[in-house]
Amino acid sequence: MKFLPLIWHSLTRKKLRASLTFLSIVVAFILFGFLCAINEALVGGVAVAGADRLIVRDKVSIINMMPVTYKEKMERIPGVQLATHQTWFGGIYQDPKNFFMQNPVEPEVFLKMFPEFALPKDQLKVWLATRDGAVVGRKTAERFGWKIGDKIPLMSPIWPKTDNTQVWTFTLVGIYDGAEKRTDTTALFFRYDYFDEARIWGKGTVGWYSIRVKDPARAAEVVRAVDAEFENSANETKTEPERAFVQAWASQIGDITLIVSTILAAVFFTLLLVTGNAMAQAVRERTGELGVLKAVGFTNGRVLTMVLSEACLMTVVAGTLGLGLGWMIISRGDPTGGLLPMFALPFHHLLTGFAIAVALGVASGILPALHAMTLGVAEALRRI
Amino acid sequence: MNEPKPLAELRNVDKIFRRGSEDISVLRELDLDVRAGEFLALMGPSGSGKSTLLNLIGGLDQPTRGTVTISGENIATLPARRLADWRSRHIGFVFQLYNLLPTLTAEANVELPLLLTQLSKAERRRHVAVALEIVGLAHRHRHHPRQLSGGEQQRVGIARAIVTDPTFLLCDEPTGDLDRKAGDEILALLCALNRQGKTIIMVTHDPHASHAATRTIYLNKGQIADRPPE
Repeated sequence: MKFLPLIWHSLTRKKLRASLTFLSIVVAFILFGFLCAINEALVGGVAVAGADRLIVRDKVSIINMMPVTYKEKMERIPGVQLATHQTWFGGIYQDPKNFFMQNPVEPEVFLKMFPEFALPKDQLKVWLATRDGAVVGRKTAERFGWKIGDKIPLMSPIWPKTDNTQVWTFTLVGIYDGAEKRTDTTALFFRYDYFDEARIWGKGTVGWYSIRVKDPARAAEVVRAVDAEFENSANETKTEPERAFVQAWASQIGDITLIVSTILAAVFFTLLLVTGNAMAQAVRERTGELGVLKAVGFTNGRVLTMVLSEACLMTVVAGTLGLGLGWMIISRGDPTGGLLPMFALPFHHLLTGFAIAVALGVASGILPALHAMTLGVAEALRRI
Repeated sequence: MNEPKPLAELRNVDKIFRRGSEDISVLRELDLDVRAGEFLALMGPSGSGKSTLLNLIGGLDQPTRGTVTISGENIATLPARRLADWRSRHIGFVFQLYNLLPTLTAEANVELPLLLTQLSKAERRRHVAVALEIVGLAHRHRHHPRQLSGGEQQRVGIARAIVTDPTFLLCDEPTGDLDRKAGDEILALLCALNRQGKTIIMVTHDPHASHAATRTIYLNKGQIADRPPE
């Protein structure tokens, strides 16, 4: 610690250069935070997907509806513990920009299938007693300032009602929270029986099924059994683990993780060159001073450590500040107005960022530090 | 009666520098004794090997051949790490251009050699205050080098050199960058330190400066000469 003021003064010797390098590192780490949050929002669902859940959809396309009667057949298949369904509603609240998912569901079975949605029991009771009742996640409720008892009008371009209107008005009877921090709490769910009765077309059909298997180790057998059950029917099925389904959904955009990693690699490589150059220049300019330190007794190893510490101090302080600023901005929520409901920067990404900052300091400082270490004292003093 | 053993003994010292394919012999079969409490002036023309000799005594460089024995220890063969440790305990350097770190205050500059010791912060502060008091700059301890005159900067340099109470004070042209008045003040300070028992070896071109020393030796073409070269 007693060397810290010396390291700090060496670092801030050329204030303009130090500030510019510092700023470039801060900006790079804000970008790192943002790209991690986008990656998390797009593929993070894969990590939270249930390991014991399967998704069953129409074999040709997910937009093809399937009979609601499949549910009973699925529940009879050995290895299936529970089955329920959802349907894409695609309603608009006031403005198309106010995007959030809305699906009709069977309340009780749905909540058993997805225990990550934590709805108070009294609110479930009211939901079961209210045909036009809906429950919404905490995030969306806070976003629009909704409270229980509010009427929520949604315009559905897909599902006109039997009264030839497109506006569906739901009574908000519950607000659920996420059982985990990473749970998406943006969706609105309402009752399938009300939906099926009130829509003009597609009655008796659903969008996709979720199945819970009794033994995740035997999920592959269940997948084959489900698809075999509906083979040669009007709606053949494609069954896959929920994780694979979410992965495939995200992959429609592209290999997001690869894209993000490539951009970050380019950013950090450039940063390595910028920081390394700044450090090399700083050491070159201080050759005489390093000679003085060695003359008064600083060993080569200590000089190496000091220059490396200088580089690490710069990257770690700037990197931490960048990560902190990024986290603060990201914590304000999804900047797209609903397209990235899981937009957040988990703690493990902050830790990764910190590790990158340390590695960047070592990598950018090692060559200048080795140069400083191997400088001959007499030779260095001649360069005053 | 036997004379006490010299503090520094150099025997058959050669120093050869290699410049490309050419070997340049800077010191040749040089023998020198320096006794404790001496104030020795090294004089000679440019390229005569004065600074190289000072560097060898100070452990900044090592001879190509020969031995450099200080307080009974041959430092010519010490590995770099032990040599650095040895320097921190035995040598205080005073440079012609002061060589202060510009971003540090006077007291922080003086404290530098003490960072290598086990002293606590309070103890370091105390030692620094004493050193600055000795050179008469206690009142300017918070000033940066750019806020000090050349003479004052050299005083800070001397305070840095004496703060660890080293065996030797090695001064390379300590008045070379100063006007006569400031130079005389520095010489007076060095004389005072010598009177208090400090062994000083000073390289200088200036005959006036050499008069402050208790002994003067001349170097010519890498060897000790009996009298000043013509």
